[in-house]
Amino acid sequence: MSLENGISLMKPLRPVGIVGYGAYVPRYRLPASEVARVWSGRDAELPIVEKAVAGLDEDTATMSIEAARNALARAGVDPKRIRAVWVGSESHPYAVKPTSTIVAEALDIVPLTQAADWEFACKAGTEAMQAAIAFVGSGMADYALSIGMDTAQGRPGDALEYTAAAGGAAMLLGPAEQSLALIEASLSYVTDTPDFWRRAHAHYPSHGQRFTGEPAYFHHVISAAEMMLEGMGRTAADYRYAVLHQPNSKFPQRAAKQLGFRKEQIETGLLAPIIGNTYAGSSLIGLTAVLDEAQPGDRVLVVSFGSGAGSDAFSLEITGAITTAQRQALTTKEYIERRSEIDYATYARYRGKMLMK
Amino acid sequence: MSVARTWRTRRQRYSLVGERCEYCHNAIFPPRDVCPHCAEPAQKEYTMSGRGTVYSYTTVFDPPAGFEAYAPYPVALVKLDEGPMVTAQLTDLDPDDVRIGMPVEMVTRKLSEQGDEGVITYSYKFRERLERQAVAA
Ligand SMILES: [Zn+2]
Repeated sequence: MSLENGISLMKPLRPVGIVGYGAYVPRYRLPASEVARVWSGRDAELPIVEKAVAGLDEDTATMSIEAARNALARAGVDPKRIRAVWVGSESHPYAVKPTSTIVAEALDIVPLTQAADWEFACKAGTEAMQAAIAFVGSGMADYALSIGMDTAQGRPGDALEYTAAAGGAAMLLGPAEQSLALIEASLSYVTDTPDFWRRAHAHYPSHGQRFTGEPAYFHHVISAAEMMLEGMGRTAADYRYAVLHQPNSKFPQRAAKQLGFRKEQIETGLLAPIIGNTYAGSSLIGLTAVLDEAQPGDRVLVVSFGSGAGSDAFSLEITGAITTAQRQALTTKEYIERRSEIDYATYARYRGKMLMK
Repeated sequence: MSVARTWRTRRQRYSLVGERCEYCHNAIFPPRDVCPHCAEPAQKEYTMSGRGTVYSYTTVFDPPAGFEAYAPYPVALVKLDEGPMVTAQLTDLDPDDVRIGMPVEMVTRKLSEQGDEGVITYSYKFRERLERQAVAA
């Protein structure tokens, strides 16, 4: 698949990279077998092993604050030089009142900053990252913070309840010469596809059942990835790692295989089996797990997916600054290993599941 | 907590912004007009590291209004590494897991909610300190 009518990959005027990154995964885990025990019997085929669940006092704002603190610890940048705080999520604590101002205040980035919340289902976080690349790449700012974070909710008993999880990541974008990962190019691919939605006053989302696969996830992820590879004049073999959006364990593995990626290229960033689908956080937290282990010179392909529907693709090259940055904050793996299993009753209490419609 | 008071105290609540006395050099939290150690006025803003240890603790079973959803929860006197003693909720642990001398670190969490329609108050709490693994040689 090629870019049409002479349209090329997106590159900023001034080279941009990731100067700091940080993950957050809450402590609690709900095994998929526990959801099956309550709703469909023990023999059900399970889409993941277990998912991360936020504690009672956690929400997208608090989790974003911790991920952003980790990103700033790695970047070592004066918070006052960050001129944008953009939080992508479909679980903002308020319908009206930005999450981003809470995050900006907690990190002492206020008052001379942009602050806005982004929405595009599971790609709200990478949407914010595209904008942050442009903000730095245009020279309007030296640093811009983009976050993808969710405390995702599934209707009790719905297929999504196995996987809808909590977690995400923060990416601080800055000048390429200070970066631990250079943004080589990016691309966004979007169509109007009604695979998943939630109306303004509905508590839980609805989805188009089987429609979520081929025309939605696979079409957008594979199109964006193939165009990125062709635009860069590369094949899957030119990348050390690939991270695709992860609504479950199977979809990203099947898409990666179709794109020509081997298991070794995707397993580092494949977190859905052990933390679930963190929605706007999904592809970005996969990227943090890769950055925790990457070495200078490695190339990384990241492709998000958001229902509605679209994908953002990023081609990254790791720089020499990665090695010192890796140990300046908790790794994604360390967060994942901090694990307390809960049962369905505790889960129902933590997530306010007594509401059934 | 009123919306106005929530707003006025947000910096100390979100990230333990206190002061350090320019005369006796003691760290001060929460911030105040006069140094409690030497009674000198006009202090310099200082953000605490967020690291400390549990000095003593109790478990709240019968919480005040706005905190019902979280009960039972542990509350501790935390001695910050910089010196000040802070009363705060402990989080991410069961009440049985708390012990005196436990190393803790500050996190920003939901403190209370004024029902489904009111403002959410965020504040510092403390969790057992998560140690980074030693760097592989
Ligand atoms: Zn003093």
